[in-house]
Amino acid sequence: MSDASMPTATPHGSIHEQDARTKRRNAAESRFKAYGIIAIGIGLLMLLALVYTILSKGVGAFQQSFITMQVELLESKLDKTGERDIEKIKKVTTFGYAPLIKTAFEKTTAENGIETALKSKDMAKMLSKSAAAQLRDYVIANPEKIGETIEFRFLANSRIDGYLKGRVTRDSIANDKNVTPAQLDFADQLIAAGVLKKTFNIDFIIGADASDQRPEAAGMGVAMMGSLFMMLVVLALALPIGVAASIYLEEFAPKNWITDIIEVNISNLAAVPSIVFGILGLAVFINYMHLPQSAPLVGGLVLTLMTLPTIIISTRASLKSVPPSIRDAALGVGASKMQSVFHHVLPLAAPGILTGTIIGLAQALGETAPLLLIGMIGFIASNMPETIGEGLLSPNSAMPAQIYEWAKRADPAFYERAWGGIIILLIFLISMNTLAVILRRRFERRW
Amino acid sequence: MPVSWLVLIILALAVAGYFVGRSRALSSVQGDGRNLHSLPVYYGANVAISVLAPALGVLVLWLLAQPMLIERSVSGLLPAELIPEGSNLNLVMADVRRVADGLDAAVGQGALSNNEANALRAEDTDIRALLGEVGVALGQEVRPEVLNAAQSYRSLSHTGNLAMTIVVITLGLVGFVLSVRNSHGAYRARNVVERAVLILLMSAASLAILTTVGIVLSMLFESINFFRLHSAADFFFGDTWAPNFRGDSDLSILPLLWGTLYISFIALLVAVPVGLFAAIYLSEYAGPKTRAIAKPLLEILAGIPTIVYGLFALLTVGPMLVNLFGQNGALGVDWMSGATSVLTAGAVMGIMLIPFVSSLSDDIINAVPQSMRDGSLGLGATPSETIRQVVIPAALPGIVGAILLAASRAIGETMIVVMGAGAIAKFSLNPFESMTTITTRIVSQLTGDGDFASPETLVAFALGLTLFVLTLGLNVLALFIVRKYREQYE
Repeated sequence: MSDASMPTATPHGSIHEQDARTKRRNAAESRFKAYGIIAIGIGLLMLLALVYTILSKGVGAFQQSFITMQVELLESKLDKTGERDIEKIKKVTTFGYAPLIKTAFEKTTAENGIETALKSKDMAKMLSKSAAAQLRDYVIANPEKIGETIEFRFLANSRIDGYLKGRVTRDSIANDKNVTPAQLDFADQLIAAGVLKKTFNIDFIIGADASDQRPEAAGMGVAMMGSLFMMLVVLALALPIGVAASIYLEEFAPKNWITDIIEVNISNLAAVPSIVFGILGLAVFINYMHLPQSAPLVGGLVLTLMTLPTIIISTRASLKSVPPSIRDAALGVGASKMQSVFHHVLPLAAPGILTGTIIGLAQALGETAPLLLIGMIGFIASNMPETIGEGLLSPNSAMPAQIYEWAKRADPAFYERAWGGIIILLIFLISMNTLAVILRRRFERRW
Repeated sequence: MPVSWLVLIILALAVAGYFVGRSRALSSVQGDGRNLHSLPVYYGANVAISVLAPALGVLVLWLLAQPMLIERSVSGLLPAELIPEGSNLNLVMADVRRVADGLDAAVGQGALSNNEANALRAEDTDIRALLGEVGVALGQEVRPEVLNAAQSYRSLSHTGNLAMTIVVITLGLVGFVLSVRNSHGAYRARNVVERAVLILLMSAASLAILTTVGIVLSMLFESINFFRLHSAADFFFGDTWAPNFRGDSDLSILPLLWGTLYISFIALLVAVPVGLFAAIYLSEYAGPKTRAIAKPLLEILAGIPTIVYGLFALLTVGPMLVNLFGQNGALGVDWMSGATSVLTAGAVMGIMLIPFVSSLSDDIINAVPQSMRDGSLGLGATPSETIRQVVIPAALPGIVGAILLAASRAIGETMIVVMGAGAIAKFSLNPFESMTTITTRIVSQLTGDGDFASPETLVAFALGLTLFVLTLGLNVLALFIVRKYREQYE
């Protein structure tokens, strides 16, 4: 019989019990799944670590230690003639103001009943080097106040500030010439008396950068203006050029080798390292066209070239998502091809274009490498631009370049600034991306 | 006349032209728009374009060409022996330009009359002090030849500017008159305007080509200059990188290339397994809810600016690694001395690349047809067996493409390596040592104070060109592979 030639079926165990091979396969299955979960876990953990580091190290930059004191603006020191002649008052340098601060500091100490062996010179060193300049600026702005006693809030120097924030401890200052344990003891007494306090520091957000002697006074404001002007240039150039290029490629371009070359070029430019755009900017805009170095205009031009592929790719996607029936309907009632595109397709694609543009801008805002090459680092961006022309052409820094600049400086007090700067930068990026997501949710149309 | 005024005049002419053209077209058909070939706005736009296009086109070309022509004729005036050793014509020309600008400023502020400026003699007058008074600081005394050149530079550009103004305004007016005469009912204004708009769109698209050409040419010319001063054989095949701003440097790309590739390799070692497994889990196992949360969260990593990663490497990861592997570290080994190392930069770059690998692979895995999975599962394979033996082999070319793209990103990355990798160029296998990369050296050679004629600065362009070619090659290869793979399943 043919049946006899069939091999006898191998005996199976119970289907309620897994045999060794099934167990092994199931174990491999759950191992494999676990690898996936671990991988995602690693990714998320890294994100968490990054966010935690940024927040824990950067939040401190938004607070600063201030010493409050009553300063008597002695007429005998500031305006010997008593004429309140502003030119003569301006002749008194910051050295003329330093004694006033010293006296005021001693008086404050005495009033609060603090006893210290510290000399007044060492006491004054606990203040920021900008204190005398702050006093002088105030007097020049308000000469009528000479002779009165005014309350001032001076920045404490970065070591004292670090002490309040826990960055500087008695152990860590063993080799530090800028601060002594006695000064820290005195600082403790001042804190107890409420003279030395840590409060929110708006100057970090709106102020200018300071020299590397005064980390406590450095701020992001001017660099923020530099970034703003660069973004204006990028927006003004990249949006129209990007939209025009996309319309051509998506709606009008004939299928030929020129179009192919353009398409290949755009997708390659999207992947060219950003530093190469920096070299291009240096060679073409600065060395060849003689545009000013370190100017936000040049930075904006470089970032425009860098952002264009991003904008073109997203604009083309949103033009493509407009159904052909819209074009056909417009052509059917007698519109020209150009009219159908500009009157119907483009407005319908606008939300998508806007979203892509915002994302492109956010990318450009965080870009650093090309800015290094066109010279937006290595100096102190301390002057707020006053006109639009000055904002575009006078040397300035930009937010990421400023962060890099701070990270390079030797004093660790600047690191806190750098992390704080990153918080500001990320707030900008997050709000831009959120805006893009909201716009997409709100206006996205599914055909 | 300043260029801005010229542009304003042309713009005003165009705006006026718009209204004149529009009303003339309407009046040619007694105000009945139905008898026009095109809508009235097109007649207006036609006039405006006829004014703007030729005038502004010529203006731009003129502005580009004039400085080159003037420099060529002026540099002929400079005797060859004026160019000092180790300097070049460009530097002397920059002096000439600065003196000419200074004279312009002096005339503008009324310190000199135009004729006085042209009659100045370097032998009689202290030009440097004179220009210092009007706020133009000069580095050195002005030599007579430079002053002569500057004076002829001024007079040439003066003549040039005058001619430019006349030509541009004439062109604008001619365009105005011709197109206004054309503004009548039978004229096909819309066709003309639409063609002009099409050309505008086309030129916007060609900007991409122009950018690429600009990148290649700018780096190529400077690289050629570099290879004139430095032997190409040493650059490509030498084994030492030791720039020395006094000259006679060893500038070889190989140690830098080694550092770049080593760091990229470590980055990929981190990013590829993590990214790939994350992509597999997200596309094959995760439910829609997990996917909706985990995928965007991972992609945040890609949106973080590289300066943040750089700072993370320099101030957090580097010191942490030193605490682990350094002297008196937690592991008790003395392998690492400084915070900057191949491992620091590589690990942080790997974190940055995770979402890059994962989202690209995710797309590619999703593109594998469901029928292949169903077939495998139907035969009794477990999901992991299906993934390993069916999905991954099918998606492999695409995944390789994704990894190549990630590698190209890693090679071109700048900020992380500038801050995390260090500055020592060497061949070493020890990941705890600091090494340097191509991008790091580009930044350091171009941000110094070196002049643009020394090989130490020009080498940055040769490095940039190599980097460009390298990343371009990887991208083209990757895109080719991905496209090939897509075709397979479409």
